[in-house]
Amino acid sequence: MSQPPDRQEYNITAYTENQVGLLNRIAIIFSRRKINIDSLNVSPSEIEGIHRFNIVITETEEVVSKLAGQIEKQVEVLKVYHNPNADVIWQEMALYKVPTDVIAEKASVERLLRENGARAVVIRKDYTVFETTGHREETDALIKVLQPYGLIEFVRSARIAIIKASDGFNHKLREFERREPGEEVAENEFLNSRDAVFTM
Amino acid sequence: MPGEVNTVSAVAEAPAVAAEATSGASQAPAATSDAVPAASAPLTTGATAVLDILLAEGVDTIFGYPGGAIIPIYDALYDFNDRLNHVLVRHEQGGIHAAQGYARASGRVGVVFATSGPGATNLVTGLADAQIDSTPLVCITGQVFAHLLGTDAFQETDIINITTPVTKWNYQVTKAEEIPEALAKAFYIARSGRPGPVLIDITKNAQLQPFHFAPYVPCTHIRSYRPKPVVRPEYLREAAALINQAERPFVLWGQGVILGKAELEFKAFLEKSGIPAAWTILGAGALPTSHPLNVGMLGMHGNYGPNVLTNECDVLIAIGMRFDDRVTGRLDKYAHQAQVIHLDIDPTEIDKNVPATVPVWGDCKETLPLLTALIEPKTHPEWHERFKGYMAEEVAAVINDELFPTGEELTMGEVLHQLNELTQGEAIIVTDVGQHQMVACRYARFNHTRSNITSGGLGTMGFALPAAIGAKFGAPERPVVAIIGDGGIQMTIQELGTIMQTGVEVKIIILNNRFLGMARQWQELFIARRYSFVDIQSPDYVAVAAGYRIAGRRVEAREDLQPALRQMLAQPGSFLLEVLVAKENNIFPMVPQGCSVAEIRLR
Repeated sequence: MSQPPDRQEYNITAYTENQVGLLNRIAIIFSRRKINIDSLNVSPSEIEGIHRFNIVITETEEVVSKLAGQIEKQVEVLKVYHNPNADVIWQEMALYKVPTDVIAEKASVERLLRENGARAVVIRKDYTVFETTGHREETDALIKVLQPYGLIEFVRSARIAIIKASDGFNHKLREFERREPGEEVAENEFLNSRDAVFTM
Repeated sequence: MPGEVNTVSAVAEAPAVAAEATSGASQAPAATSDAVPAASAPLTTGATAVLDILLAEGVDTIFGYPGGAIIPIYDALYDFNDRLNHVLVRHEQGGIHAAQGYARASGRVGVVFATSGPGATNLVTGLADAQIDSTPLVCITGQVFAHLLGTDAFQETDIINITTPVTKWNYQVTKAEEIPEALAKAFYIARSGRPGPVLIDITKNAQLQPFHFAPYVPCTHIRSYRPKPVVRPEYLREAAALINQAERPFVLWGQGVILGKAELEFKAFLEKSGIPAAWTILGAGALPTSHPLNVGMLGMHGNYGPNVLTNECDVLIAIGMRFDDRVTGRLDKYAHQAQVIHLDIDPTEIDKNVPATVPVWGDCKETLPLLTALIEPKTHPEWHERFKGYMAEEVAAVINDELFPTGEELTMGEVLHQLNELTQGEAIIVTDVGQHQMVACRYARFNHTRSNITSGGLGTMGFALPAAIGAKFGAPERPVVAIIGDGGIQMTIQELGTIMQTGVEVKIIILNNRFLGMARQWQELFIARRYSFVDIQSPDYVAVAAGYRIAGRRVEAREDLQPALRQMLAQPGSFLLEVLVAKENNIFPMVPQGCSVAEIRLR
């Protein structure tokens, strides 16, 4: 199946309450439309009690903005942003487990690891675990490098992303806690770029 | 016992919505009870607290069905019999449709009780219906003891996850202390913003557990939830500018006008602007049928002019409607020539199906008066003539034959026409789904808002009988007429038992064409009359009604129709009137699926 040219990776960032069942409520927004989630990270944000979702999907801007709206519509979701890769700084972490004897014997492996920015997390007699962070291609590249040396196990985290243009969520959250929303709490701005139509 | 009730009734006297919350109900469960030192609050069981809270929220009627996991709440209900009217239904689906009918007729939140497992799963169709039709409901289900969750205990089902896609919000309570906050949020969420169904699942231990129940504080704020958008005047100014320069403006309105209780504001807007206005079936009745600016029904079986002229207007003003595919037909040929102004409280509806030139995000109760103030008074006489022309064509081609047939067989339309003559548009009409629904929506006369109760978005057959029961409880002063096909009635016919037991007065008209008529019509028109499993047999409905001690009559001949309708309406108590109508009548006009609204067929 060929992809329409306007489909690309989007990073959806959602700030939510920490509530049982909310993950399902958000996940079914995608599965209902038969959209696959490429990557999903949920973790506590810098604000206590608020969690941050990072969701990566490959879709058109129109589809993503509608999905973001549906997510933000959920009662326990505070705010949703969506950005193409160009608008975020993103990283994935990867762990590689390789036999220690191979590393010890072959100096070339050590060099390869250094070239790929990996560092040892655990060194045992039988195996060593290396860690690296980067974009998908970078963590993939190290798999290829280590494969000939008896890679035992590999794991990669979900993507986390920082929005380049964001001016932080702290001040917005303070607005959310007020009963009367102020003009500066831009909500639903994802709906379109029509000059803060959906601000409240 | 009396002490506990007094604590709450003091709160109950204050209007729930106006009550000032002293603590953020959105905070951790403990926050609400922090308002009063826990130890000084009276000890109450979770079950009794549920009922006290229902009273504090102004609930007067509950539709429900008991069972093992909700027995403690029913036990507490035994002592609330004088303050809460519980309607024992015959099936939980009937219970939730009744609550929907209650909510739609009254504008209040419908309340449902059901037990765990099958009791809870039987609510799913009604939840989906209420979700898509924005009906405020609070459903309370019993659940197995918290320590049994996930063990496949008897009548355990994961109702929270089952209902997540079909509820606006849901929550499982496993401790009695969580009940006040959970229910406060439930009522607030169900009725605010774009309304919808909420389900609260309460484990049996939480119902039985005594806890210190502080005075109840209704919820008025949840930090992550913004039900009331701030209106942006610049978009109202843009909208007004478009309307003021429009030569052929056209208003489409939906249930948002009714949900926003903005009927007067809507009428004032129309009368100043002089714009012709057409309705979606859920919007019917917000403006009286006879109002000169009401040009009829939109959509697949709507009126001729409103469909054709959708593709000729220059400014389309959509108010509280969501451009459902049954309204728009083929989207890529829908109103491309028009500038679109979309007023809606739900931002995800704006630009969802039809891109808006000017989005007016807000509660139409607020936005409409602001818009009315900015527009110039106009009448658009030539444009109205276009609608009249199309209506004359439709009357000649379709409506005359339907309302004043000359053939031997009775038509559904003439039943509606005769009913209009007798009720004069004063009745609440509750319909099921199918051909009779389209006929009823097309031809029933409505003088008042909240008069057309039908399953619009989900198209739930079996909706009408229980919804009519609920509508009568919600609006006891108004006559309620259920119009149901011979297919739909057989889906929830057991609710005749609810009518029998409660004595609620519902007039039931079964339009029996001995077919699942809408499916048959499609098979006739589009699949070369391959009538696959659409011929459905019926029991002797009058005998069935008699078995439930409900009066009934069957009509086959035209001369008996009016006397039978008179008898039905005049006779006190419920009445079932079966009318045998033509077997193979089709509903026209029709926008065939995949066609543009302008390609609407008259025959």
